[in-house]
This record gives sequence, C-alpha cells and structure tokens, in this order.
Amino acid sequence: MATSQWWASESFWRKTAIWVTGGSFVALILLTMDTLPQISSGSKRVPAYSVINYRISYKFDETRHVQVPVIGEKEPLFGKELNEEEAEALVKLGKLTTQSKNCMNCHTLLGNGAYYAPDLTKSWLDQYWGTKEVREVQMLEFIKDPSDKVHNSMGRRMPKLAITDEEARGVVAFLKWMSSIDTNGFPYNFKSIEQEN
Amino acid sequence: MATLGMLDSANLNGGQKLAVKYFTVAIVLFGAQVLFGLLSGLQYLYPDFLYGVLDFSVNRMVHINALVVWLLYGFLGSVYWLLEEESQHEVVGLKLGNLIYWVLTAAVTVVVLVYLFVQIGPGKESSIWLINEGREYIEAPRWADIGIVVSVLVVFYNVAATFSKGRYTGIAGVLVLDMLALFGIYLAGMFYTTNISIDQYWWWWVIHLWVEATWEVMVACIMAYGLMKVLGVSRKIVETWLYIEVALMFGSGILGLGHHYFWIGTPEYWFSIGGFFSALEPIPLVAMVVHAVFDAGARHAKNNNHPAMAWLIAHAFGNFFGAGVWGFMHTLPQINLYTHGTQWSASHGHLAFFGAYATIIIAMFYLGIQRWRGGTWMSGDLPGNGWKWKWALGLLNLGMVGMTVSMLVSGYVQSQIERAIEGSTWMGYFAAQIHPWFVQGMWWREVFGVMFLVGFVLLVWDLLTIGKGESRAMQPAASEN
Repeated sequence: MATSQWWASESFWRKTAIWVTGGSFVALILLTMDTLPQISSGSKRVPAYSVINYRISYKFDETRHVQVPVIGEKEPLFGKELNEEEAEALVKLGKLTTQSKNCMNCHTLLGNGAYYAPDLTKSWLDQYWGTKEVREVQMLEFIKDPSDKVHNSMGRRMPKLAITDEEARGVVAFLKWMSSIDTNGFPYNFKSIEQEN
Repeated sequence: MATLGMLDSANLNGGQKLAVKYFTVAIVLFGAQVLFGLLSGLQYLYPDFLYGVLDFSVNRMVHINALVVWLLYGFLGSVYWLLEEESQHEVVGLKLGNLIYWVLTAAVTVVVLVYLFVQIGPGKESSIWLINEGREYIEAPRWADIGIVVSVLVVFYNVAATFSKGRYTGIAGVLVLDMLALFGIYLAGMFYTTNISIDQYWWWWVIHLWVEATWEVMVACIMAYGLMKVLGVSRKIVETWLYIEVALMFGSGILGLGHHYFWIGTPEYWFSIGGFFSALEPIPLVAMVVHAVFDAGARHAKNNNHPAMAWLIAHAFGNFFGAGVWGFMHTLPQINLYTHGTQWSASHGHLAFFGAYATIIIAMFYLGIQRWRGGTWMSGDLPGNGWKWKWALGLLNLGMVGMTVSMLVSGYVQSQIERAIEGSTWMGYFAAQIHPWFVQGMWWREVFGVMFLVGFVLLVWDLLTIGKGESRAMQPAASEN
C-alpha cells in the first residue's frame, strides 16, 4: 500500500488540517468581533432596554422582504416611563426569571429551546392577548398562574411556577424588549396584535 | 495473567480500570435518558400525566442533560481506555484521575437530584449558581460548571502528560488538541448576560462547536483507534484519514456555526457564511463512511469483535444520515426559516446524537467488555448465535429511525401549518399541534421509543453476559501495528 503521491501522504494532510483549522478559527474570531457590537443592546439590531417605553410593531419591509420590528411613539410599559438603568434592571429580572424557571425546556426563545409550548420571540405582539388595552394585565395574570387557564384545546397547560408579581413584570418587560430585536424576519409571516386578519 | 471469560480487573491496564468506571456511569445515564425521554414523549399524548410533579420542562431537561453527560462520560472513558496502549506509558496521575472521577460523579448526582426535587428557583442569580441555569443543554448550575472545568482539566493533564512521557502518536496529537478545544469552549457558556442575542451567540459556541466540531473529531480519533483494534487496519492509513477528517470537519464545522446565527439578531451576512459552510458539513461524514466500509471490505469484514464492528459501521452510517443528511435538509436559511424551532430540529437531534455519538460509545463498551473478560472470542459462532447483541443492535437502530421519521412527519405538519400558513402565532402553534398528522407522529414516536427501550435493556443484558464463561481467546486482528 506504499504510495508516494503527495495527496495521499500523511504529512500533507496533517499540515492541511492544521492550516484549515487555524484559518477557520481566525475567521470566526474576526467575524465575532464584527458581530458582537452589532448585537449589543443599544445597537440598531438589538435596541436598548428602554425600548420598553415605546410602542413596538412588526411591519413588512419592502426592501428586505421580511417583517422587521418598528419602534413607534411613546407607550411606556405598565404606564410608567423608566430610564435606561431602571429598564435594564427590570428586563434583567425578567431574563433571570425565564432562566431560573426553566422556560426554555418547554418554549423556544428566538426559536431555540423545546417544542412543547409556543415560541416566545414575538409573544409580546401575539394576537393571543386580545387587544393592546388588556395585553399587559392579561400577560401578568397568565404568567403568575397559568394552570387554571385553558389556553388551547390539546389539554397542555403551563404549570404555576411561583412567579412573583415583580418577576412577572420583569418577564413581560423582557418579552417586550425581545420582540424589538431584528431577527431577519423570524418568525415568518407573523400576524401581530395590531393586524386585521 | 488474563483470566478468560471472567470479569477480572487484572485483565485491564490502569487507564482501562478507570475507563470502565466511566463506562458504567455512562450506561446508567443512558438508561435515565431513555426513561425521561419516554416520560416527556408521553406528556405530548397525555398532558396531565405527572403535571405539577414532574413537568415536561423537568423531564426534558433531565432527558437532554443525561444525554450530554453520558456521552461525555463515554468520551472520557474511551480516552482513558486507549491512553496507555496508545502512549505505551502508564497514566501519569491515575490516583488523581480516580479521585476526580468520584468528585465528578458525585457532582452529577447532586445536580440531577436538584433538577428533580428543587426544579426551579426565584429570578435571581443565586438560582443560576445553585439550581439551574435555564439554558438548554448546559442547564447545570454554575457551581457544577466550575466543578466540570476543574475535572476535565485534570483529565486533560493526564492525557497530555501521559502522551508526552510516552509515545506521541498522530491520534495523540489530534486528541490532545481536540480536548483542549472541547474543554476550552465550555467556558464560553459560563456567564450571565441579559442580552439574549449575546447570550445565544456564545451559547451556540458551546453547543455547536461541541457537537458539530470537537465531538466529531473526538469520535474520529475513537474510530481510528477502533478500526486498528477491531480490523487491524494499519496506523498509517487510519492516521492519514484522521487528518483528512480533521481538515474537513473543522474546515466546514467551525464556520458552519453560522447556521445558528440566522435568527437570533445577528447580521444578515451569516446567511451566506452559515449556509455555505454548514452545507459542507456532511462531506467529512461521507469520508468516514467510505473509510470504515472500505477498510472493513478490504479485510473481508474479518474482525475480532463483531458487535463492536457492527456498532462502528452503525456509527459511520448514523453520523452520515443523522448529522449529515438530516442536518443538511434544513440547514439553508431559505428552509430553516420555516423549520427552525419545530419538530424538525427534534428529529435531526435524535438521529444525529444517536448516530454520531451513542453508536461509537456502544462500540467502545463492547471493546471494553471483551478485554475486561480477558480478551475473549467475540467473532462469529457466539452462544445463541449472538442473538442478544444482534437484537439490541436492530431494536435500538430501528427504534431510533422510527422516532426520527415520526418526528419528521410532525415537523412537516408544524412547519407547514404553524409557520407557513398560520404565521407563527400562538394560535398557529396550537393549530399545528392538534392536527391529526402531528398527533400521529407523536404517537409513533412513543411506540418506537418503547422499542428503543427494549433494545437498551437487551444491550445492557448482553454487555453483562457476553463472553461469560467463554474459553476461546479472541481472534487475532488481521495485522498488528
């Protein structure tokens, strides 16, 4: 089986493996350095936490041909305007709550997680909440105790997860903020709460 | 002296004695994975089953965490298994290695108990430190993360130092660098951030660069060793192939990470990068099939461990179909927009994890038990014609393919109805979930899951009994290296 062909030699492939791996890794680092600033909070794609003070809609963009979040006029969450620090603290409480209650092992967030319950990426904008007037109250009530609310015809119910009133407000703030992230049109063809069917 | 046909630790070298401990825990956790998978699957059909006691989120978390940990135990065991033979040197810090094994196993036990009995905490950082990090696959609380890092550093030291003192082979070189990357990447998942886009950016570094890069290279090393052992393939051939596979896997897999950056807030250029490189990811898996099948064919499949050989071939095909084909099917953004976060992902995940990883670790279990019993005969003409390993092989593979196809059917329904037609709202989600085709898929998944469980029980039974009382020594491999 001896061969002298360069393309079948061990040393050629060892060098190739090293160069390809090194090159790919360097490329990934460079791309990461380019991407991180573009997705830091306060960037164009991922708005600052104080975006919860504004109306968020999800509109079709003619150029990109996908829906994109649009930040509109002032519409403070729970009727109370927060400064950047206060907004971040509230969203942080919500994010920590979604992690400590293990939301991701039933739901998906930005499409990642488990598939036993609906995606939460644009849940702030979901028609499920009825109208914008009752949405905040509905969401708070639901998050605090979903167990006795029939929310579908399949019998699946979200369990009561000992979520306090403040934590529930945090979760709603987190969901509102998350809905403002530009996700390149995911989820596709979404019908938001403002939309006529 | 080897004692043929009896489980005797005198048959094993130092590293192998430690390896079989890792393998034992791996099998227990494999069982836990199957059990909690069946419970979660059942909750799709009977949502009130264990509601409020062991909710779906808990069962599913244990299901996927048991998976990750048993595969890691399988890898650590495999590395310790081949370490002394490969380096021709005793493991330098075996006592420390043993201690760390017990520490790690105790930590895993505590984590699982907390998952099961504490489940959730208040929305504070302390919950993330003590109970559950709430990030899929790497839910282990932060204290356990630190324990895992310390433990794997010790394993890494043992491996690197043993190879340095002994023979530093090609496999050794790849293995050491791969382990460094594998363990280093874990650090990317060990911090909290409120920004979910940044969170998921780094989270994918861990998940993707594990399962679609460093784990693939890890199993390529194990495959190289396995083919030398079972078939007697020459070192020159397996190591050349190993380098080819490393080049192809890292060349496609590292930037293939981009296929997770389509929808999490990251810029649009990831469409092209992620789509292109992830579409290349099946190529090394084809190479692996060619490699394994050609080597087996060139030796007329004459080998000294039929079950291990069968599982190595199952690995080659399972990796290609599960990771390669099932991944390729929805990797481009143009289809992924509709399939991301649906049962498609579950279908792909099942066949990929099983085909790429479970299979080859099972092959290592068989190599392990053969040596543990003194190097017994495991070729043809086993008692009962080897029906147990053959049925276990058949039921596990058929059960897995059945589950995969069932979930794919449900995934088709979900991506079509929920995503394409209904516009991804909650009502769209529910509309898909109650569709009879979707529900049928979930039923068949559970049925095939039970088949898988039967296969698992047979596998354990076989591992406990194969070679017992056997008086024939193993068939020598075609050529030694």
